[in-house]
Amino acid sequence: MTDNVDHNKRRLLLAATTAAGGVAAAGAGAPFVLSLMPSERAKAAGAPVEVDLSAVAPGTMISVEWQGKPVWIVHRTPEMLELLTKHDDDLADPASDVPQQPEYSHNPSRSIRPEFLVVLGVCTHLGCSPTFRPEISPADLGANWAGGWFCPCHGSRFDLAGRVFKGVPAPTNLIIPPHKYLSETTLLIGDDSKGGAA
Amino acid sequence: MKKQLTKLLGWIDARFPLTSLWKEHVSEYYAPKNFNFWYFFGSLALMVLVIQIVSGIFLTMNYKPDALFAFASVEYIMRDVQWGWLLRYIHSTGASMFFVVIYLHMFRGMMYGSYRKPRELVWIIGMVIYLMLMGEAFMGYLLPWGQMSFWGAQVIVNLFSSVPFIGSDLSVLIRGDFVVSDTTLNRFFALHVVAIPLILVLVVVAHLIALHEVGSNNPDGVEIKKHKDANGKPLDGIPFHPYYTVKDGVGVVGFLIVFCAIIFFAPDMGGYFLEYNNFVPANPMKTPEHIAPVWYFTPYYAILRAVPPMFGSQFPGVVAMGVATVIFFALPWLDRGKVKSIRYRGPIYKAFLASFVISFVGLGYLGLMPATPTYTLISQVLSVVYFAFFFLMPWYTKIDKCKPEPDRVTC
Repeated sequence: MTDNVDHNKRRLLLAATTAAGGVAAAGAGAPFVLSLMPSERAKAAGAPVEVDLSAVAPGTMISVEWQGKPVWIVHRTPEMLELLTKHDDDLADPASDVPQQPEYSHNPSRSIRPEFLVVLGVCTHLGCSPTFRPEISPADLGANWAGGWFCPCHGSRFDLAGRVFKGVPAPTNLIIPPHKYLSETTLLIGDDSKGGAA
Repeated sequence: MKKQLTKLLGWIDARFPLTSLWKEHVSEYYAPKNFNFWYFFGSLALMVLVIQIVSGIFLTMNYKPDALFAFASVEYIMRDVQWGWLLRYIHSTGASMFFVVIYLHMFRGMMYGSYRKPRELVWIIGMVIYLMLMGEAFMGYLLPWGQMSFWGAQVIVNLFSSVPFIGSDLSVLIRGDFVVSDTTLNRFFALHVVAIPLILVLVVVAHLIALHEVGSNNPDGVEIKKHKDANGKPLDGIPFHPYYTVKDGVGVVGFLIVFCAIIFFAPDMGGYFLEYNNFVPANPMKTPEHIAPVWYFTPYYAILRAVPPMFGSQFPGVVAMGVATVIFFALPWLDRGKVKSIRYRGPIYKAFLASFVISFVGLGYLGLMPATPTYTLISQVLSVVYFAFFFLMPWYTKIDKCKPEPDRVTC
C-alpha cells in the first residue's frame, strides 16, 4: 500500500490546497477588516460649515465644529498682526514651508484675509485641543509670549498664525482647513471650490 | 447517598477526566514548601479576573455603548440602579487593583528568577496576559465617555498615527472614523466586553498549563524536582490542596479587606483610580487643563514624553514606550546569572534591580505631573536607568559575584 504512494503528487496537492485555502481565508477576512474602516455615514459627515463673522469681535476667538473637530476663527487686531512678524527666529517653520495649509493661505499671516485666521484647533502632536491665550507676557507662559495657543497635554506652543515654536513636542504648524468667503461677513469652512456657494 | 455520589463520579470519569484533572492541577500538584507572601499574587490575579468578569457582566446589563447615552447610562447605574454604584465601584477599583496585583506578581518573578529556564514560556504567556490587560483597561476607560475617556483615547490612538507611512490610515482603522466618535466607542465596547476577555481567559489557562508542566519556582530558585522520594514526589514539595488553597485563602481575606476599604471609603482614590475630569461628559471641542493617563500607564507615558521629537516626528518616543513595555519578553535570555533567586545574587544585580524599581516608580509619578523642563529632565535620566537594567543585564549578571545556591530549599 505505502509503496504505491506518489509523494510528489501528494506534496503538490497539499501545497495547492493550502494555497487555495489561504486565498479563500484572506478573501473571507477582507470584509471583516473593511468593516472597521469609516462607514459611508462617517465619510459623509464632513459637510461644510457656514460661519457668521460679524459675531467675532476684534481680539477674540470663536470655535466651531467641523468634521467633529474644533475649527478656530480668530479676529486678529492690527497689533496682533504686527507682533506676528517679530519672532520668526523662535519658530520651527516661520515661512510655513511644510504643506499644512492650502496654497492660498501660504503667506506670512497664513490666511486669505489677514484679520481672520481660520485654523484647525487640533495639536499636531497627539491631537489635544490647545488653549487660547491671547494675553501678552502672562506669568505662566513667560515674558516673550505674544499671544497664541498653549497645549495643556504636552506643553506645545503656537503663535497667532498657528505656527509652532521650536523646542516643543509638536512637530509642525497647525493645519489650515480648506475655506472661502461667501461674502464680507460669511465664511464657509470645508469647501474652497471656485464658483457659488456649496 | 455517598455511594451514589461515588457512582456518579465514576460515571463522569469514564466520560470526562474530572478526577485526574483535579489531581493533576490541585490535590496532587506539588508546589515547593517554602512559598512566602509574594506567592499570593498569582491566585489573587485569578480572583480579580473573576471579579472583573462578573461585575462587568452585570454592568453591561445597564450600560449603553452609544456616544449620546453612554455617560448618562453610567450615571443611571450610579444613581438609579439598585446597588449599581457598588457594581461600578467594584469594577473600577478592580481595574486598578488588577494592575497592583499583576505588577507585584511580575516583580516576584523578577526577584526569584522565575522566568529562567525551564519557565520561559510561563513568563512569555504571562507577558501576553499583561499586554492584553493593558488593552482591556485602555478600551474600558473609553466607555464612561467622560473627558478623560475621550482625550485619553484621542492621545493614545494618535500615537499610532506617528508610525511612518501607514500611520494616519492605521489610526483611522482603529477609530473607524476620522475622530474618536460613536463608532470608536461602540467597537471598543465589543472588544472590551467580548473579544479580549474571551482570549484572556484562554491565555490564563495556557499560563497555568505551562506552569503545571514545569512546576513552580520558589524563593530559593532551586528545582524541587531534583530530589524525589520513592514514589516520585518531590521531597520539598507539598500538594497545592489543601496546603496552598488554605494559605492563599489568607491572602484573599487580606486582599478583600483592602479592596472593600477602597470601594467603600475611597472609590476614586483621590483621583488616581477615577480621575476627576472623567465626571465631566466628553467634549471633543475642549481638552481639559491637565490630562494624564490612569496611574498604571504613567511609567510608560513618562518615557514617551521624555523622548524629544526627532526629524519632525514623535515616532521615536512611541518606539521607546513600546520597547519599554515589551522588553520584559526578553528577560529569560538577557539574564546570564548563575543563580536564579535574589537571595544568592551578588551586589551588582541587587543594585540594578533596586535602581529599576526606583525608575519605574519615579517615572510613574512623573507621568502624572505636568511636563515642566525639570520634570522632563528627571524623566530622561530615569528612562536611561530603566533601559540600563535590561540592556546591560547580559554583562552585569555574568560578572556579578553570586553566593552558592543550596541543594534543597531552605525554610
